[in-house]
Amino acid sequence: MTFMGTLRRTVRLRQRPLPRGTLVPAPPSGSAAPADERVATSGFEISPNDPLSAYLQAAPGVVDVDRLDLASAALSELRGAGVKVVVPLVTQGELIGALYLGPRLSDQDYSTDDRRLLATLAAQAAPAIRVAQLVEEQAAEVAARERIEQELRVATLIQQQFLPRVLPDLPNWQVAAYYGPARAVGGDFYDFIELPDGRIGIVVGDVTDKGVPAALVMARTHSILRGEAPRLISPGQVLERANELLVDEMPERMFVTCLYVVLEPSTGRVVYANAGHNLPYVRTADDRVIELRATGMPLGLLPGMRYEECEATIAPGENVLLYSDGMVEAHSPQGEMYGFPRLRSALEGRLAGSELIDGLLDGLHGFVGRAWEQEDDITMVTIRRSPAAAMPNVDAPGDEPGGRILLELSLPGAIGNERVAMDRVAEAVAGIGLDPARLEQLRTAVSETAMNAIEYGSASSPDVPVEIVVRLAGRDLVVSITDRALGGRIHETEEPDLDAKLAGLQKPRGWGLFLIRHMVDDVAVTSDDDSQTVTLTIHLEDALDGRDTAHG
Amino acid sequence: MDATPLTADVAPVGATSVIMLRGRIDREGEAALSGAYSEAARLAAPVIELDFGAVDYINSTGIALIVSLLADARRDRREVRARGLSEHYREIFRITRLSDYITLLDEPAVATAGEGGRR
Repeated sequence: MTFMGTLRRTVRLRQRPLPRGTLVPAPPSGSAAPADERVATSGFEISPNDPLSAYLQAAPGVVDVDRLDLASAALSELRGAGVKVVVPLVTQGELIGALYLGPRLSDQDYSTDDRRLLATLAAQAAPAIRVAQLVEEQAAEVAARERIEQELRVATLIQQQFLPRVLPDLPNWQVAAYYGPARAVGGDFYDFIELPDGRIGIVVGDVTDKGVPAALVMARTHSILRGEAPRLISPGQVLERANELLVDEMPERMFVTCLYVVLEPSTGRVVYANAGHNLPYVRTADDRVIELRATGMPLGLLPGMRYEECEATIAPGENVLLYSDGMVEAHSPQGEMYGFPRLRSALEGRLAGSELIDGLLDGLHGFVGRAWEQEDDITMVTIRRSPAAAMPNVDAPGDEPGGRILLELSLPGAIGNERVAMDRVAEAVAGIGLDPARLEQLRTAVSETAMNAIEYGSASSPDVPVEIVVRLAGRDLVVSITDRALGGRIHETEEPDLDAKLAGLQKPRGWGLFLIRHMVDDVAVTSDDDSQTVTLTIHLEDALDGRDTAHG
Repeated sequence: MDATPLTADVAPVGATSVIMLRGRIDREGEAALSGAYSEAARLAAPVIELDFGAVDYINSTGIALIVSLLADARRDRREVRARGLSEHYREIFRITRLSDYITLLDEPAVATAGEGGRR
């Protein structure tokens, strides 16, 4: 008997839970084939449902195949392969494999010593083999994890490669964008495409699926849109063309939702088409939130699709939000979805640009909780037309020389009318979108200037009027307050010093001009023989509500 | 806005005399404010707390009245605190340096309708 020769390479171990072994077919009697050729290299697998599996699990030692009486497919297969004995490898009550042995080379039965030796070998080998199995399993898991991580890195790289590095700088528009990848990296994308005549294409899309396949489809879609948009212009046609190109090459069970908007910055006109994407929201100047509706099938599903093309005009002060479904489909710890109504109501309010995006993300994070693992990519693009877009420049046709008059007012020089002046000026500038803090400053400056005009210029006489003119001059808001200079000219007074006032070295009063200078950007005093005018100027570039500063 | 002339009510709260101000603080408010300080002084509280929560207008004359009250309080070795100022008037207190001498007790109201939570 060449016992060891028969045993060599007889153990082939696979992963749990299936008990497996290496089938060693018996060599034909008298075979002259070399030993190596008589050893099978393929594994033999016993189904967990096969009675042989349960039998081997409980068997006390070496099992004679020919003596078994089981209705077992595995047993039949073993017999067919010439296996004579099976030695179960059991450790901690678990069958982790088996040795399958063909007939001895001598064709004699396995002896009692043989069986004892095999049983001892199995008892000692099984734990070691189990350890080897665990190491192998762990190594396989590590390798799988590394493959996944590597795939995620590749997907992220692809994704980021195609996101705009710079946001468009559009006069009178505030543009901000956000892309937050989920760990598994979905196929979100956004883009800004320069078009002829100063127009700009704005794209937000979402590829179904995740990882490298989604990233590759995203890259392809991005390239198609970049190529076709400047040529076709029409959003409907661009999406039709993209669909035709994608439909033949789209992997199974994948498609792309995409919203494409063409913006004419000078007028606020938008033309848009939608391939199954979330409808964008517009927050109007009076704080309503409406949808921009357009319908169409996602890209890459069916050939010959047509895409509805719609138009709208974004008015000064209005805000548009384009977004992917990662935002609305996020879930709270209780399993509740964030949803469209929450997003709509989160849009109400004064925020715009990157502050709006930060506000929306804050609200989302509050909803999903700290332990949230982001389920899908989140993409947001917001564009806001500045309220300043409503204002004409100084040279605009139809304007008065010196700017567009918002208010001309003549008030009696009576104490108390400084508050009337303050309120009337505030009403006159209500439509230009002045930042609330700047409006408060303007009110104080007007009130103080008017009070000076009434007390000194008009000598507090109701018969002596104070004239007020409010106008837009270029990018400036200018308020002129004219009095009759009855009480003399305004002159530089002592700079108020609180320490001196508290020490009795200055009078408590004398804050008026000091306050005026701190409330507006510029104060000018001009006079002629019988009047004096104080002109207050606020530079609107820095003073409008949601002023255009940050990008992204 | 049609702000009403200033009224000032004094109420002792522990070691503090709270002066509840309502309306506008301008030249017409001089009597109300100085009367309120006298009343607070009569209560001998070491701390005067000015509650501006119902004040909708303060002009430079009103600032001067507050400076006078502060001077009186410092003379009498009383601490002055302020509560309920809008962000605009907090700014004016900073510009005039009144906030160097008057403790501003509360944060300004920042809630904007629909703004949502800020991080």
